[in-house]
Amino acid sequence: MTTPGGAAPAAVGGTAVVPGPTHRPRRRLGGWRAVLAPYGFVAPALVLLAMFGLLPILVAAGVSLTDLDIKGLGQPETIEFIGLGNYERLFSDPDFWRALGTTAYFVVIGVPTIIAVSLAIAVALNVSRSRFFRALRAFYFLPAITAIVAISLIWGYLYNSQFGLLNQLLGTLGLGPVGWLSDPGTARLSVALVAVWRATGLNTIIFLAALQSVPREYLEAAALDGASRWTTFWRVTFPLLRFALFFVTVTTLIGWLQFFDEPYVLTQGGPVGATTSISLFIFKNGFSLNQFGYASAGSIVLFVIIAAVTALQLRMRRSDDD
Amino acid sequence: MIDHRRPAIVLTGGLLAVGALVTSFPFLWMITSSLKPATEAVSVPPRLWPSEPTFAAYVRLFTELDFSRYLVNTVVVTLIGGVGLFFMAMAGYGFAKYRFRGRGVLFLLVLMTLMIPVQVTMIPTYLILNELHLTDTLVGIAAPTLVSAFGIFLFRQFMATIPDELLEAARLDGAGEMRIFLRIVLPLSRPIIAVQAVLTFIAGWNSFLWPLIIATDQDKYTLSVGLSLLNQQVTVNPTLQMAGASLMVVPIIVVFVIFQRHIVQGFTMSGLK
Repeated sequence: MTTPGGAAPAAVGGTAVVPGPTHRPRRRLGGWRAVLAPYGFVAPALVLLAMFGLLPILVAAGVSLTDLDIKGLGQPETIEFIGLGNYERLFSDPDFWRALGTTAYFVVIGVPTIIAVSLAIAVALNVSRSRFFRALRAFYFLPAITAIVAISLIWGYLYNSQFGLLNQLLGTLGLGPVGWLSDPGTARLSVALVAVWRATGLNTIIFLAALQSVPREYLEAAALDGASRWTTFWRVTFPLLRFALFFVTVTTLIGWLQFFDEPYVLTQGGPVGATTSISLFIFKNGFSLNQFGYASAGSIVLFVIIAAVTALQLRMRRSDDD
Repeated sequence: MIDHRRPAIVLTGGLLAVGALVTSFPFLWMITSSLKPATEAVSVPPRLWPSEPTFAAYVRLFTELDFSRYLVNTVVVTLIGGVGLFFMAMAGYGFAKYRFRGRGVLFLLVLMTLMIPVQVTMIPTYLILNELHLTDTLVGIAAPTLVSAFGIFLFRQFMATIPDELLEAARLDGAGEMRIFLRIVLPLSRPIIAVQAVLTFIAGWNSFLWPLIIATDQDKYTLSVGLSLLNQQVTVNPTLQMAGASLMVVPIIVVFVIFQRHIVQGFTMSGLK
């Protein structure tokens, strides 16, 4: 069991690093039952994972080559194989490109913001280990574990253009109301702000764990050499955060590529499609328009993008290590 | 601590406290607004504390709206998650303590599912559940997230540390494999079970996408879906909305306060969002 402190982030990405359990040859007690036992133990979970984790990828790939819609669900004989027709339609669909652009916008705005904010808070929380500082962590973490629907209702209320708290506060300052969720440009930022608020706590905890695992001797040595705290941070601490930084970047990037919850509940992708991310585009085509084949093609494209981005980052990290 | 750092620490603490207040303000606003009379929630200028606190909005949720049904459904879905927890523990044990043909390949398959985003699986999963006639059932809502690769991975990591000698001794005593798992392995795995149970509860309680997709009949709605309906009504009633939101969030805050250490530990280990 890893401790909640320094070792935790290492366990996170450590899928490939963590050594497997050591095995000694075991006597076969109980004959064939002992041989079959391991399969019995792993079977229930594996069946479920295969059914809802792996099979769907194959189904999605297959369905993306057909014109399956709500009619096809009831009468499978009417489903037609249309080859790459869905993909051709997708790449000539302006809405698809727009959703792709919107997702890219969220990635460009969101990834650096989340990293900067959570790193800054983690560094501040690391200043002292007093009870007070430890108690403060909980407040930053809370948004990460509350239901997105509830969060969206709360923020929708705060953002409300007529009686929302934010516009009322602006009013008392003598400023005009802002269309937080009704102005296309502002709505994108409003929706992104909620996501940043929600994601900061978890990443702060990850950075904090990494900061606390920095050996004290390094910092003391730097101080003895007369390095300022600013220099010490950038020259000693920051390089040691590389793994945490890498982990947070990858997960945050993937999170933004899959961005769905906040725009779905706050704006339903509006106004005029300004917050329709690629995931929302897939969801709408799949479940509002019942174009399962077309939506599946979109989901396969998203999968390829995510896989490519992750592979690219892993490569960059490897060359970074050399 | 050296004396001249003291002002810096106090200043940092002050800034962090302000940040913490701003971060958690929406929750405070949610709770106080849910206790306001309906007119006060939209009054100008806004007031933080209700003049006359009232539970009227909560009463409406349970009498005029079907929130008691949604609450029961949510609890049932969360409980079904417990079955998944047991399956994950079993699989973790299988991978940690047995050598068997195909172990490496199977574990690789488990880890592969981590890379597949939910947006890719949502349509096929719906189609698969439809084939199994599980759409519009609570089992169907819970099924897609019943087991997670991370859960299996964490159980495996933990159970690998249980000494083999202990299991061998039990075998020599004639204990069956399942009995060893139930009587020896599970009790020793209490710490990881606690972490996973809390995470499973939070995930089940909060889950939104699957209930939204799988439940079409009002009878099968969970709190999250019922709550999202409050958002889509033509006339917005903030008090009612905030009462509904509190109903979802307050239990989580309570669980968080009690199990904070487990939760933070679990989330940091799994990197879950």
